[in-house]
Amino acid sequence: MTKKELKQYLEVTYPNLEVKETFNFPLLLVNKEDVIPVLKQLKDAPETRFNFLFCETAVDQNPNLEMIYHLSSTYYHHDLEVKVILEERENPIIDSVYSLWEAADLYEDEIYDMFGIRFKGHPNLRRIMLTDEWNGFPLRKDYQDDKIISL
Amino acid sequence: MDVKKDFIPEFEAEAYKDDMGKTSFIVTSIDVVANWGRSNSLWPLSFGTSCCAIELMSTVSAKYDWSRFGFEVMRASPRQCDLIIVAGTITHKMAPVLKRLYDQMPEPRYVIAMGACAVSGGPFYYNSYAVVRGVDNVIPVDVYIPGCPPRPEALIHGMLTLQEKIRKSKAYVIEKPKKKEKQ
Repeated sequence: MTKKELKQYLEVTYPNLEVKETFNFPLLLVNKEDVIPVLKQLKDAPETRFNFLFCETAVDQNPNLEMIYHLSSTYYHHDLEVKVILEERENPIIDSVYSLWEAADLYEDEIYDMFGIRFKGHPNLRRIMLTDEWNGFPLRKDYQDDKIISL
Repeated sequence: MDVKKDFIPEFEAEAYKDDMGKTSFIVTSIDVVANWGRSNSLWPLSFGTSCCAIELMSTVSAKYDWSRFGFEVMRASPRQCDLIIVAGTITHKMAPVLKRLYDQMPEPRYVIAMGACAVSGGPFYYNSYAVVRGVDNVIPVDVYIPGCPPRPEALIHGMLTLQEKIRKSKAYVIEKPKKKEKQ
């Protein structure tokens, strides 16, 4: 599907979800609770067949945290961006998409390491880059550390 | 007025002659001989953590060819090395590994800090939670080479400076045994 067709398809299929158009991909805003059902439907539906999670990341839009999934299809060669807004900041938790795409394993490890978002159902959630005894999550906007020298 | 002659110890040349009937030997100091050997056969550890390692590899290879100056072989094991070139950024997670590598090297051992990151933290000095600000916080450094990354010529100049430093140093420092304190 082309970008316009995919956007129309999403608007028809998910009438209660917001669909936006960004610079390169259509953007679908999903609620926190519906992540697994919506992504599973996008993966399995014969019209879309998003079988490849090529990027999973997070953004700290203070005070909200955002989860971002970039999906691609090796059958139809179309791409999609799915965004989930997490309003909780103290102990954010979301369902893991490891059951859908195994590529999520290391992505979610890194997001936990840098942003402190926990993933329900992830097989091995751990600090992947920093040391195990590290305090805080460095890519958050309010991260404080004695080691940092500011300009 | 009598002029005192320098004292020249006498020896019997006959006793030192070899089978060919020639007497051949050199008188020198042990420091000069040991430092000559040490400075001309430095074996570096192949240790590179980022882009400075590319320049390091360039210096090893045919165009710049540091084996002209005696840095012939790079060793993959710290047990066989006497020089470590810290080529690249050292993070807080890497620092204990570097310290262990340094501790495993046999003495005498020398360290070159190559590039801005190893000298001071470089571009990661400000607003960084992960980078060690200068490798001299972890291990003692003999020669600093500035640059980001330094040219191979700069690296060779730094290594020649290290050779010069070795030649000027004392080869064997004999420490007196410490007296036991009375209890």
